[in-house]
Amino acid sequence: MSKIWVFAEVTPEGNVDTAALEILTKARSLDGEIAAVALGPGATAAAPKLGEYGATTVYASDDDVYGDFIAQPAAEALAHLVGEQSPDLILFATNYDSRDIAGRLAAKVDSTIMSNVTGLVSVDKAQTSIFGGALIVDVALQGAPKIALVRPKSFVAEPSGGSAEVVQVSAPVSEEAKKSKRVERHEEAASGPKLEDAPVVISGGRGLGEPDNFKLLDELAGLLGNTAVGATRAVVDAGWVPYSYQVGQTGKTVKPGVYIAIGISGATQHVVGMKGAKRIIAINKDEEAPIFALSDLGVVGDALKILPQLIEEVRTRKG
Amino acid sequence: MNIAVCVKHIPDPNVPPEMDGTRLKREGVTGVLDPGDEFGVETGLQLKEAHGGEVTLVSMGPAAASEAIKRGLSMGADKGILISDDALKGSDALVTAKVLAAALKREQFDLIIAGVESTDGYSGVMPSILAELLGLPQVTFVKKLEASDGSLKVDRQTADGYHVIECSLPALITVTAGVNEPRYASFKGIMAAKKKPVEQLSLGDLGLSGDDVAIKQTVEEIAPAEERKAGEVIQDDGTAAARIADFLQEAKVI
Ligand SMILES: Cc1cc2nc3c(=O)[nH]c(=O)nc-3n(C[C@H](O)[C@H](O)[C@H](O)COP(=O)(O)OP(=O)(O)OC[C@H]3O[C@@H](n4cnc5c(N)ncnc54)[C@H](O)[C@@H]3O)c2cc1C
Ligand SMILES: Nc1ncnc2c1ncn2[C@@H]1O[C@H](COP(=O)(O)O)[C@@H](O)[C@H]1O
Repeated sequence: MSKIWVFAEVTPEGNVDTAALEILTKARSLDGEIAAVALGPGATAAAPKLGEYGATTVYASDDDVYGDFIAQPAAEALAHLVGEQSPDLILFATNYDSRDIAGRLAAKVDSTIMSNVTGLVSVDKAQTSIFGGALIVDVALQGAPKIALVRPKSFVAEPSGGSAEVVQVSAPVSEEAKKSKRVERHEEAASGPKLEDAPVVISGGRGLGEPDNFKLLDELAGLLGNTAVGATRAVVDAGWVPYSYQVGQTGKTVKPGVYIAIGISGATQHVVGMKGAKRIIAINKDEEAPIFALSDLGVVGDALKILPQLIEEVRTRKG
Repeated sequence: MNIAVCVKHIPDPNVPPEMDGTRLKREGVTGVLDPGDEFGVETGLQLKEAHGGEVTLVSMGPAAASEAIKRGLSMGADKGILISDDALKGSDALVTAKVLAAALKREQFDLIIAGVESTDGYSGVMPSILAELLGLPQVTFVKKLEASDGSLKVDRQTADGYHVIECSLPALITVTAGVNEPRYASFKGIMAAKKKPVEQLSLGDLGLSGDDVAIKQTVEEIAPAEERKAGEVIQDDGTAAARIADFLQEAKVI
């Protein structure tokens, strides 16, 4: 049987990144023995959860070194484990830290690495989607261990009710690996539900004209309730709203019941992050805007005129 | 500060991409310097202006990739290195990193700069692999940076905000599109670029063989995905807000 590993990011409280649970769930459908690797504070506490989603073994270390220093200590530990256990496939979620760790590991073990994976066919075949999701590409991976970075929300997380044996990792960490140090953590807390989990998402793009107009989105989100506000890269790069609002290729993947795209052209890199929404509404003044090709309801018009009217309309209907 | 910037030559992103078998079609499509890499070039130039030194551009790609290097030189970089070899067509991130590492190893750089993701390939991992191959620490997703004697202080974008990272030099960083405002190439810059050296290297020049750059992933099939169908598109005649509210009611959001 092949050995499939899932690298899981965990929080100091022992919470597991949802994307890791999605990947574990999918891994259960492949022919293999599944282990999870969790490194950093909270790793051991996270093990039961990882077991519940399909890992039979959890390689864990609660050592602060994995949280304090970027990528290198974790890549060293993984390479050490690979040397001991020879896994066939190592799956990572496309997160900020995991991406760096996966890359360094690929170099250490001299293995091919595939990014942007959206489907797993077998231990040696993965899928990605290109052109904003229009085409699905099957890619065969050779050598071992194969390394893949899977996009969040590619699969649905479902517990299997299993449990895992915890194996403490005691890999040495070199001084060389302690050169890139995290000294402060800042969270840009948004009110309301998390973007990734919200049942309704309203996103704004450059068509909103100026940063101040995001207030209209906040107001509408507040009225609707349980609604998060997102944005395109164009406006986060311009500093209108924090990076944490970004939906798309380099930002978050969302799958809400309703996604409302306002003043957003619908570039492929934005679309990959939101095309999984159940229903899509778009407001754009250009009837040729690509976003209309995937909208259930498209409105050709001026967002700055429609938004205040919509806010009033919702207020009235809510009574 | 001796700085190297990785620059990729890509098909013009304003032209809708087409497939040529299992690869992106490149023939007949004009190439440009990846717009994402202009931020890397700008970062390098600003550091040079503040701390002195030299900015070297390094690219792996077809012969035409010298155009991308030219563009960076016109912005103000000092010299270029282009690695071109037929054996490198369709390289994955690991192979690209091996080749760039071999080229960069020949000189001592204090800082290597790349983009977070390329526009055409967007693997986002080439820079981390390169850092590991060169034995350098890394900071990815840099949205702000300060350099002082032998170290960097960086704001690194995260899912919920940012982290402040301190990193000793030499190091590798990747910069986001929000890190600065890339300058335009001036006429003077374009003229000066013509005289700047661009070193052309093959795999053999770097002591690499075909085996070293064997690609371990192959595209087997490309199939159209299930397409989302476009629904109703209406022109706003003053009633669109009500129509959207109806839709939200049907979806039980209101
Ligand atoms: C490697 C890479 C990764 C990327 N990752 C992401 C990502 O994660 N997320 C992302 O979003 N982008 C990403 N991008 C950028 C992406 O390619 C687009 O540039 C970006 O999504 C465009 O944002 P926008 O729709 O706000 O702006 P634009 O494309 O400028 O569109 C603005 C739209 O607003 C409309 N408009 C203007 N005025 C009004 C008005 N008054 N009322 C109504 N409509 C109006 C216009 O018709 C236009 O369609 C990435 C790009 C690259 C190269
Ligand atoms: N062929 C290449 N030549 C030079 N730099 C590259 C090349 N491929 C990738 N890079 C650099 O690595 C970054 C990330 O690319 P990628 O891993 O393809 O998403 C790019 O923004 C470039 O700075």
